[in-house]
Amino acid sequence: MTSITVSDLTNLTVAQIRDGHRAGDFSAVDVAEAFVAAVDAADALNAFIVKTPEHALAAAKQADADRAAGSLKPLSGVPIGMKDLFATKGVQTTAASHMLEGFVPQYESSVSQRLWDAGAGMLGKLNLDQFAMGSSNETSYFGNVISPWRREGGDNAALAPGGSSGGSSSAIAARLCPAATGTDTGGSIRQPAAFTGISGIKPTYGRCSRWGIVAFASSLDQAGPMARDVRDCAIMLEAMAGFDPKDATSLDLPVPQWEAGLNADMRGKRVGVPREYRVDGIDADIARVWDEGIRWMKDAGAEIVDISLPHTKYALPTYYIIAPAEASSNLARYDGVRYGLRDLPEGAGLQDMYAATRAAGFGPEVKRRIMIGTYVLSAGFYDAYYTQAQKVRTLIARDFEAAWAHCDVILTPTAPSAAFALGDKSADPLAMYLNDVFAVPASLAGLPAMSVPGGLDRDGLPLGLQIIGKAFDEQGVLNAGLAIEQRSGFAARPDKWW
Amino acid sequence: MMTDYRIKGETGEWEVVIGLEVHAQVTSNAKLFSGAATAFGAEPNTQVSLVDAAMPGMLPVPNRECIRQAVRTGMAIEAQINRWSRFDRKNYFYADLPQGYQISQLYHPLVGEGALTIEADEKAGIAADKVIGIERIHVEQDAGKLMHDQHPTMSYVDLNRSGVALMEIVSRPDMRSPAEAGAYLRKLRAILRYVGSCDGNMEEGSMRADVNVSVRKPGDEFGTRTETKNVNSVRFVMQAIEYEARRQVEVLESGGAIVQETRLFNPDSGTTRTMRSKEDAHDYRYFPDPDLLPLELDDAFLEECRASLPELPDAKRARYEGLGISTYNAAVLTAEVESARWFDALLDAGVEAKAAANWVTSELFGALNRMGRDITDSPVSPAQAAELLALIADGTISGSIAKQVFEKMLESGDGAAAIVEREGLKQESDTGAIEAAVDAVLAANADKVAEYRGGKEALFGFFVGQTMKAMAGKGNPKLVNEVLRARLG
Repeated sequence: MTSITVSDLTNLTVAQIRDGHRAGDFSAVDVAEAFVAAVDAADALNAFIVKTPEHALAAAKQADADRAAGSLKPLSGVPIGMKDLFATKGVQTTAASHMLEGFVPQYESSVSQRLWDAGAGMLGKLNLDQFAMGSSNETSYFGNVISPWRREGGDNAALAPGGSSGGSSSAIAARLCPAATGTDTGGSIRQPAAFTGISGIKPTYGRCSRWGIVAFASSLDQAGPMARDVRDCAIMLEAMAGFDPKDATSLDLPVPQWEAGLNADMRGKRVGVPREYRVDGIDADIARVWDEGIRWMKDAGAEIVDISLPHTKYALPTYYIIAPAEASSNLARYDGVRYGLRDLPEGAGLQDMYAATRAAGFGPEVKRRIMIGTYVLSAGFYDAYYTQAQKVRTLIARDFEAAWAHCDVILTPTAPSAAFALGDKSADPLAMYLNDVFAVPASLAGLPAMSVPGGLDRDGLPLGLQIIGKAFDEQGVLNAGLAIEQRSGFAARPDKWW
Repeated sequence: MMTDYRIKGETGEWEVVIGLEVHAQVTSNAKLFSGAATAFGAEPNTQVSLVDAAMPGMLPVPNRECIRQAVRTGMAIEAQINRWSRFDRKNYFYADLPQGYQISQLYHPLVGEGALTIEADEKAGIAADKVIGIERIHVEQDAGKLMHDQHPTMSYVDLNRSGVALMEIVSRPDMRSPAEAGAYLRKLRAILRYVGSCDGNMEEGSMRADVNVSVRKPGDEFGTRTETKNVNSVRFVMQAIEYEARRQVEVLESGGAIVQETRLFNPDSGTTRTMRSKEDAHDYRYFPDPDLLPLELDDAFLEECRASLPELPDAKRARYEGLGISTYNAAVLTAEVESARWFDALLDAGVEAKAAANWVTSELFGALNRMGRDITDSPVSPAQAAELLALIADGTISGSIAKQVFEKMLESGDGAAAIVEREGLKQESDTGAIEAAVDAVLAANADKVAEYRGGKEALFGFFVGQTMKAMAGKGNPKLVNEVLRARLG
């Protein structure tokens, strides 16, 4: 073996692990052990709900055997983190809710199965906002995840890793895993990626099967990878995506070779910059990083086009009608009858059991969204809220359709601010929801969108740039992301304090 | 003169207005949105997939066969087939509903307007054929079943039925008597069974009806209706209507008002009682199921559905009548798809239709009835019956000998020709033999011959009977008659 140290191994990207393992620079077991040790030393971040070193090590042993046998798979030797929204056979799956504490599925989600089939191993189940509802990871029943980042200048305030895929973002930024799965309903991959200085892509709705992912809002939920760079996102997405007959909304399309197709040359490409995203009072650092992004795009050869997405301002309220409406129905199955928590007070009947179980099992944010969703679907309000929101959703999708006549991808900030301190917004749901303002339009339109690091703000915290692409054009999104990555020179990483 | 069905109240006559929502279980090996099996009577919770149990992250995928059967049913009632339809969620909490919602179709059903015709039936008070409108057919999931008798303090849940495909067939409020409702249900059941989209088995719950009833003074606007849920036999539906209509008349005539409500039928007492009123009605919060794409049907699919439809009861009846079969027999033969299939096989064997219809409806059905058997397990096959009928038609045996042969066929399972041969039952058509027998009878009954010739012509039958008796029943009746007329004339 070579002189590679444990910390060297945890600094490797997915592509470096894959290639180094293939070349015989190190064993997969070495890699897995290095990450297992990093995970064990990082309990202060609370990124994992369950650790599964045995899973990662078993996959690593298999990878080493496969290398010896000459039958390596695309992700052989790569240990990853699994957001605890994906059902994993034989491993507790909670959606970060008390409701599912102790629930062990007898089935494997389609996406995680694809990753295991590709040779990856699992380091553990990553913490998240409860039922993926939240933008700061403060709604988890298992405690909030803490970002490895801290503001410069001695401020030791614990920062939000973003949400809902905050366990994923925190773990990757802290080098606890080279990549992880995320899910994105209204920004839950992109915003945490932006907050922690990593990359993440939400593919076109339907690219990744939803089968076996605990549902939040079915028409918006989409799985995607989070990793430290664009190439790793491409590698991971190739393994995760693909048609699944068990999901009626799954896209029956071949999976492109996104990694092989990576190309940062933007000549001949037009990059749209939507004027509606330059909102009044936009944070100066956000505006600066956005402008830098525009400059990098030009530098890569792209033509910059001023575009309009006129219904943008309605996207957030539309999202916060449709997503809770679907959630209120999707979460009805957690009733204490068949699995998960059951709270059956002495002498209680069925209705009492429902009330007690759901009161005890769901956290406040989940209850808030169930109530909002129930309200907007109820008789007398349905047309005013739900039907109207669906119409606006169509208009938002048309905005993008119209924009594609003028550009190939769209460049915006990922979030309106850098990571905030835990507790800063948890008392004000609306302020929290506003964090999704740039992310939800692409979700409502089902479009691929990714966040890549763009720079640091005045406090030394990462800021993300978002690239939105045409339906099915993940390649265009990844390529634009790569062009930014190559020019931003983003190399900042949090100092280890945990 | 036939009169309309009326309820006679203190204040005059009342008319009953009836609409039926029939839930018919789609014949399919698998459930509407999961691969689980649908066997009736299986051990509890053995026909349940992860989807049916609504485990976290499970998703519905439409079963093409269930959609196909509903489309074929719609075509059978000549309904509009909607090429674009969509599934909605009907949200409510109950222990037999694992998802917390039923996937149904409220806003855009698979099948639109159609109709079926119920036939005139004097005995039942249906004066003329009547067209009953059908508003829509949509497909939806069934719920599971609660079992309250398994434990002293707890209820158990059986999810075998959870997710099974149902067609909800919604009629217009076009029926005006319990008899019309009964005729509608029977006709609908026959169509479903012809099409093969539902086995129509009401005892096993494959078909059940929600009965909407209101009353009004003839000519008035519709009154407020009640809905009696889940009635599971034609007789019970008719009883429920009768009871409910009378109850409503009594309430109205004593100054009360009908409350729009859901009621339950008690088969033991034949009465209905309140289940829940409109005020307690659930707000089902219907919305399009985001797990499912709209259902779009292409030409090839629709063509296959249409091409696979069998001849339906009305067409078959008309064809039978065209073959000279009586209206009554045609109705009897087409009422059940199995009888019609059996009879078609008999026709295919080349028998004469009218004689065959008479024989099937009297001899065969009589025998099956005596044996407590169904046409599907008839001991005599259409081919065997055709052999027997051919022997009658070509004069080999007489009608009365045929009855004996048929009995022996039922006993032995042997063919008609073999029995005739073995038992020597072949009809005697030799004129000489018949003349000899006639002469002997006339000689032995000289007194009766004199009476006959004196004008007592009714004695002719006596001479026929004596001759046949003398010939052990084997004399050709037509020739016996001819010879007797010649001798006595």
